[in-house]
Amino acid sequence: MTVVERVPTDKVVVEGMTGDAAIAHALKQCDIDVLAAYPITPQTIIVEDFQKFVANGEVKTRVIPVESEHSAMSACVGASAVGARVATATASAGLALMWEILYCAASMRMPIVLAVANRALSAPINIHNDWSDSYGARDSGFIQIYCQSCQEAYDTVIMAFKIAEDHDVLLPVMVCIDGFILSHNVERVEMLPTEAVQQFLGVRKPAIALDPDNPVTMGPLALTDYYFEFKEQQDRAMARVPEVFERVESEFEKMTGRRYGRFETYRVEDADIIIFTHSTPGGTAKAVVDALRERGEKVGVVRLRMFRPFPAEALREVLRNAKAVAVFEKCRSFGAPSNPLALEVRTALYDLDERPLVTDFVIGLGGRDVPPSTIVEGVEKTKEYLKAGRAPLYETLGVRK
Amino acid sequence: MTATEAHFAVKYLREEALPTPFCPGCGNGIITNAFLKAVQDLGHEDLHGFAFVSGIGCGAWIPSPHFNADTLHTTHGRAIAFATGLKMARPELNVVVISGDGDLAAIGGNHLIHAARRNIDLTVICSNNYIYGMTGGQVGPTTFTGDRTSTTPYGNPERPFDLARLVAAAGANYVARWTTAHPVQMARAIRVALERKGFSFIEVLSQCPTAYGRRSRRGDAIRLMGWFKTLRVRKPDEPIHYQTPTAETLDLGVFADRNEKTFSESLAEIAAARR
Repeated sequence: MTVVERVPTDKVVVEGMTGDAAIAHALKQCDIDVLAAYPITPQTIIVEDFQKFVANGEVKTRVIPVESEHSAMSACVGASAVGARVATATASAGLALMWEILYCAASMRMPIVLAVANRALSAPINIHNDWSDSYGARDSGFIQIYCQSCQEAYDTVIMAFKIAEDHDVLLPVMVCIDGFILSHNVERVEMLPTEAVQQFLGVRKPAIALDPDNPVTMGPLALTDYYFEFKEQQDRAMARVPEVFERVESEFEKMTGRRYGRFETYRVEDADIIIFTHSTPGGTAKAVVDALRERGEKVGVVRLRMFRPFPAEALREVLRNAKAVAVFEKCRSFGAPSNPLALEVRTALYDLDERPLVTDFVIGLGGRDVPPSTIVEGVEKTKEYLKAGRAPLYETLGVRK
Repeated sequence: MTATEAHFAVKYLREEALPTPFCPGCGNGIITNAFLKAVQDLGHEDLHGFAFVSGIGCGAWIPSPHFNADTLHTTHGRAIAFATGLKMARPELNVVVISGDGDLAAIGGNHLIHAARRNIDLTVICSNNYIYGMTGGQVGPTTFTGDRTSTTPYGNPERPFDLARLVAAAGANYVARWTTAHPVQMARAIRVALERKGFSFIEVLSQCPTAYGRRSRRGDAIRLMGWFKTLRVRKPDEPIHYQTPTAETLDLGVFADRNEKTFSESLAEIAAARR
C-alpha cells in the first residue's frame, strides 16, 4: 500500500469545468502512456482537451486518432498488453462498436479505463442521454461506476486506475457520466496536485506483459478444456473488487477527505419509500426528497455508483426496512419483465422473507428531461401501489402515450 | 425563369424539411443541387425508383430527410453495407449512398473498398470536407499532413487517403473527383455514375468553413472554393500516378471509366450455368 498524505488546501486548484474536461484533466494527471479514441458526441471534449495537453508537451502520452471505436479499444488492448497505462473514451454507438473488444479487454484482464458519456442508441439517431449504451455492456466484464458530479468524475477516474491495476482485480473500468447533462455542464472541481495523483497511483506494474525476452501468448484458443476455468477466474476477480475498492477509496479519502462508496444513501434511516437511481437523476431525487420531507413524508434516496459488480448484499441491508423501493432508470430492456436496474434490485431483495415493494419507472430515454415532477409522480404512484398492495412490473414516465 | 417559378430542385425535396441544417457557406447545398440536376437531366420527374442510404455526419443529411424519396439513415460507417443488402433485395432500384469522408472512408473504409472490389451496382457520392465536421473538427483520414484540427492542434502527423485513387484501384467501374466550385462537371459526372452499371464513386471536395476552414486556417467558404478552383484537371487518358495528396497537388477529373462485369452480372451468370 502506498503512503498517502492529506493534500493541503493551498495545493488544491479549483476550476470550473465540464464533466468531459474534468475527466481529461484526471487522465492527464494519471500519466497514461497510450490513449486511442474516435470522435463521438458527447465524449469529444475529453479527447480534444487531452490532445491539447499532448500538443503542449504537458504529458508524454501517445495518442492514436484511430479510424473507429473498434480500432480504439483494440489499440488499447495492444498497448495494455505490453504493460502501458491506457485509457479511452466513447459513447452510444461508439461503445456498441467496441462490443467485441470489450469482452477481450476484460477476459484478457487489461486494466483499461474507459470513460463513457452515456448517450442513447440509434435508431432514430439521438445524441442525448440515457443509459442503454453502458447497460448493454453490463455483462462484458467491465467494472462500471456512474458519477453524479464533475468532481466525482474527476475523482473516480483517478481511483479507477488504482482499482483496475490492482493484481487482485486486473479488470477494465467504465467511468460513466450522463451525456450533455454532466459532460457539457460546468461545475466547481477541486483538482489535486499532479505529484499527489502520481504518488497515489504509482507506475503500473503489469502482472504479465508481452516482452520479447520472456515471450508469452495472450488470448489463444481455449475450448471445452479450459475456457470455463478462465471465466471462473474472471468471476473471482470481479468478486474481489469491493474489497479493493474500499481500500483504494480509504487511501483517496486520506488524501482528499472525499469518499463516495459503492452507493450513496440520503435520508434513508426512517424512510418508507426509497428512491433508487444513479448518475444525475440522483441529484434531482435528493432535491425532491428534501421537498417531500418538508411535507412530512418519509422518503429517502439511494444513489448507486457501482453497477458492476452490483453491491447486492450491502444494498439489501439498506433497503430491507423500507416499505417500497422506487427505481428510476433511463433504459428499457425490450421484452424483459423488468429493466436492468430494477432487475438487480429485485434480485438483491428476493431472498428476504419480507420484501419492500419494488416499482420500476423508465424515464428520460433519448435525453427527455427528468424534472423533479417526474420523480414526484413516481413516488405518488408508489404510494398508491403500496395502498393497493401490488404494482406493475414497470412503467414509463414522461412520455406521450 | 420568372420570379414566381419554383427552383427546379424543389419538386424532388420535402419542403417541410427545409431549411437544411447546414451551416452558412457549407458545400452540401451545392452537392444537393448538382445531384438533383443530374437526376433531372436523366429525365426523372420525381425520385420514384431511387433509394438513398446514408450514414452519420453532415454529408449524410443531404438525402435524409430532405429528398422526397425512400431514405435509410443508418449507423456510422455502414451506409454501403446497408445499401448492399437493399440493392440485392431490390436490384431494379437506383441505390445511391450520399455521405461524408469520415463516414465512408474512416469508420466505413472497409465497406467502401470491398463494395468497389465486388463492383456492386451502387452510386456512392462522398462529400469530402477533410475533417469530422459534425463532431467539432477532429482529424480524419483525409486531413492533409500538417493540418491543424481540434485533435491535432500542432498539425496532423498522418498522411491522407486519395479517395478517388483508392476506389479506382479497388476496382470501381467509374470514379471521378470534382469540387463544389465545379458544379456543372460534378452534375455531369453524377449523371454518368447513375447510368453506369457496377460501382461508381464521385468524390466531391466540399468546403466546411465552420470546422475545417477555421481550424486549418484555410479560411471562409469563399477562400476554400478559391482553393478548389486552383486544382489541376486531369487530361483524358492521363496515366494515374500515386502520390500523397496535398492541398496543392490534388487533381480533379475522371480516375476510372470502364465496364467490367458487375456483381449482379456475375451472380446471373452462375445462376444461368446452373440451369
